[in-house]
Amino acid sequence: MRKLLTSTGMLVALMSPAHAEATKIGVITTLSGPAGYLGEQIRDGLTLGLQATGAEFELVVEDDARDPNTGVQVADRMLNEEGIKLLTGIVFSNVSGAVVPETLDAGAIYVSPNAAPSGLAGAKCHPNYFVVSWQNDSLHEASGAAAKKLGYTTAVALAPNYQAGKDAIAGFSREFGGTVTEIYTGVEQSDFAGEMAQIRNAAPQVVFQFHPGGQGIAFLKQYQQAGLLGSVPMVLSEPSYDGVILKAVGPAAVGLTGTTHWNDDFDNAASKAMVAEWAAAFPTTPLTTYAQQAYDTGLLIGGALNKVGGEDIEALQAALKAADFASTRGSFAFGANQHPVQDWYLTSIEADEAGNPKIVTKEKILEAVGDVYAADCKM
Amino acid sequence: MILLIEQLLNGLQYGVTLFLLAAGLTLIFGIMGVINLAHGALYMVGAFAGAWVSIQTGSFWAGLLAGLVASAIAGVLVELGVMRRLYARDHLDQVLATFALILIFNQSTVLIFGRQPLFTSLPEMFSGSVEIVPGLPYPSYRLFVIAVGLAVAFGLYLLINKTRIGMLVRAGASNRQMVRALGVNIGGLYTAVFGLGALLAGLAGVMASPIMSVQVGMGDEIILATFVVVVIGGVGSVKGAFVAGIVLGMCDTMLRAFLPGLLQQVMPGSEAQALGVGISSMGIYLMMAIILLVRPRGLFAAQG
Amino acid sequence: MKREYLILATVFLLLALVPFLAAATGQTSWTRLVGQALIYGMAAASLNFILGYGGMISFGHAAFFGIGGYVVGIMYHHFDAGTSFLGVIPGTDQMLITLPAAVLVAGLAAALVGAMSLRTGGVQFIMITLAFAQMFFFLFISLKTYGGEDGIMVRRTNALPGLDMRNRDTLYWVVLCFAAAYYLFLRRLVQSSFGQIIAGIRQNERRMASMGISTFRYKLYAFILSGMGAGLAGALMVNFLRFASPDMMHWTRSGEFMIMVILGGVGTLAGPFIGAGVLFTVETTLARYTEHWMLPVGILLLVVVLTSKGGLMALIRKLTGGQK
Repeated sequence: MRKLLTSTGMLVALMSPAHAEATKIGVITTLSGPAGYLGEQIRDGLTLGLQATGAEFELVVEDDARDPNTGVQVADRMLNEEGIKLLTGIVFSNVSGAVVPETLDAGAIYVSPNAAPSGLAGAKCHPNYFVVSWQNDSLHEASGAAAKKLGYTTAVALAPNYQAGKDAIAGFSREFGGTVTEIYTGVEQSDFAGEMAQIRNAAPQVVFQFHPGGQGIAFLKQYQQAGLLGSVPMVLSEPSYDGVILKAVGPAAVGLTGTTHWNDDFDNAASKAMVAEWAAAFPTTPLTTYAQQAYDTGLLIGGALNKVGGEDIEALQAALKAADFASTRGSFAFGANQHPVQDWYLTSIEADEAGNPKIVTKEKILEAVGDVYAADCKM
Repeated sequence: MILLIEQLLNGLQYGVTLFLLAAGLTLIFGIMGVINLAHGALYMVGAFAGAWVSIQTGSFWAGLLAGLVASAIAGVLVELGVMRRLYARDHLDQVLATFALILIFNQSTVLIFGRQPLFTSLPEMFSGSVEIVPGLPYPSYRLFVIAVGLAVAFGLYLLINKTRIGMLVRAGASNRQMVRALGVNIGGLYTAVFGLGALLAGLAGVMASPIMSVQVGMGDEIILATFVVVVIGGVGSVKGAFVAGIVLGMCDTMLRAFLPGLLQQVMPGSEAQALGVGISSMGIYLMMAIILLVRPRGLFAAQG
Repeated sequence: MKREYLILATVFLLLALVPFLAAATGQTSWTRLVGQALIYGMAAASLNFILGYGGMISFGHAAFFGIGGYVVGIMYHHFDAGTSFLGVIPGTDQMLITLPAAVLVAGLAAALVGAMSLRTGGVQFIMITLAFAQMFFFLFISLKTYGGEDGIMVRRTNALPGLDMRNRDTLYWVVLCFAAAYYLFLRRLVQSSFGQIIAGIRQNERRMASMGISTFRYKLYAFILSGMGAGLAGALMVNFLRFASPDMMHWTRSGEFMIMVILGGVGTLAGPFIGAGVLFTVETTLARYTEHWMLPVGILLLVVVLTSKGGLMALIRKLTGGQK
């Protein structure tokens, strides 16, 4: 199955042949380069989610190579040539910053399974723009709240020296409330030995770090190698400890604390169904929150398509806005800016029978939180 | 004080990693006059082959051997199949060809290993840490990396200064045309040098894999710093690559570690942090610009 | 000579017809594709002027492309927010102001970079231009006001009096006119005495110097002119894309420009445009059919470089029997 999915560029999935016309959904995502696995997760999660609703759909998948130019080029063809009215899939903010305005101007709908740049969350919000994942800030506030709840008062917070990194530390500090020593890392840095020395020197009660993808893998390995894993606890927000990162890091991740909006041990029917479907389709690939967000996106879109079909954009917009679907994360609603209002959970990374890390949900730490930009949105 | 010693060691370790990559690149550059952008791809080949074999066999050392063999073979194949046809051509054609090779290597890796980063672990022997001075536990694997780097540097020194091949290499680096004119079997020498360069890149890849993330495109990120080392050291000079690698590794680590702290004396904490990291990211480029303005041919230029 | 004009006029006419052809065949995205290729072609051609004619291999050309783009982005940002840049320069959305401003600022940046870089040569020049470009890249990544790494959105394309710039075909024709004008400008430039001196410096710098020509100054002028061209292309790109981000000045973008020049044909007028068009079209077309498009693109580039000397232009010349 997996081979089949990855070897055919155009993934066409037709389900239950009851109706005549399948709705085309454009998926622009990052499939090349080091971040290619994120796009793969999103594409596959979206497919399974849509299939689960039994909706009539046809996915048109294309690589954006993490380049805004390519993304817009692809979007243009999908919107204006192929007559696609519904786009989704983008991983990175810089691509969505270029593609989303293009989509909205064409009168089409964009549903984000991941990227949610703050520039589109506040005053520039739009009725046809939905985010199913999370807004950046709330992600890290949850980690701050977790560290506070665990009783820590001094922390070292590390993140790359770009906007999302600065937002991460700001979000963490806001809810944490204690003393935070900030350390920024290089944008393309992969050796953190210097930072490890600084952490040891500062001797905080807890470490918070935000390094998605390959940087996160390197950071966690080096944290353990420096002998800090046992001595200084670490709190992470979800992009820094997704299933793929944990698989690459192995036992070096056991003992960390994370905050997330979803985990694979959630006790609800939608989540259980998704975990089973994923395991059947991709037995060797971890199921990450990226795939889960995309699966939820698939449930949302598929549900709306079942109700109103894909022709009438206004009706589709209203159906999406209602968010009438059973989310894999339990409770889910859209805020004023059509970004999620959701709960955040504390998890710990423990060893399974084979000694490999697995994420175990502990407790809910924040309930029904939206984001700070919703107040600026007048729709 | 302890912090300073630790950061010095970190700088040294980063420096020798850069040296392993730069040594091969500077030889290829100096002797064949080829700008090999695909050198980072050979680093990736070494890392992936090493990681995959060590997952299959459970032994880091089997992985190390596999990584060396795989990257050397890849290097020789590239030399015989592509580079050989381009020596007489313009530098820019070589740039285009090696750029094409990067695309081919990266995408082939995705097809073979998939998009997910591979798991790697430390060799059992070096999984702990050593207390160098009281109160400073340092990962023994990093000490091992430093030792390997220094050993390779010494080995290259012997090879280049004490053997017949080394003599040809030196001659080739300082005057390419002359060696050709003397009727030396230049084809064999070129293949050997390219293979050796690839082997060293592969070694760097395997050594880095337990510390970094083994992922597609990992070579593209480090190739830039490697070129900086080659140019600062002087094209064709292994000694230059060694000195420049260590200096650059030190400089980069020290700036990162201490500049934000220094800036904090004169401005608020978070601004100092951001500015300090910004400047240290530019640090190696700034250093290169300054060195080249003072010594336009680098520190130890081999070519007259 | 006559023949060249005929070819140029035909090509221009064909390019001008692209929006109609696209509409007639239902492949409307070709308008954007060709438009983007033209802009990249301009950037590559500006690089080619110093690289091909002047022998200065700059590996930091994307910096000027990005700076030009950011000028448009920043001016629009202030126009939109009703604020001023550094508290003095008000923002604007008028293309007649933003484009010259972009060209000027890119030229200033090129003057700064060139004045220092041109003291070196060869490989060292390649690396030092790269170094400066990297510094610009890291600078723009940390500019929080202008979006940092996320980039800066330009919600509306800049206005040109009398034209509906929101119409995509109009925008395309504007871009085409700029590209054509730039081509003719470069054509004149390489044939001018200035262009001859630049080419002379490439062939033998010492001889030119002994003729009493200040080679450094001429090289610097060429570098600045080239940077201004890249700035213009960047400004057009941001108008076309309605978005500016640090990606525009990443070193891989510089590499891409260089690849376009080499693929098309170093030191030829049309080469960079052909290189940009072919690379862009091949990439986009292949990406439609396979997500592993990089593999065939790589193989194709390798075949071109191994079988042809001098890029696609040389191939075209060979096929048309040595004629231009």
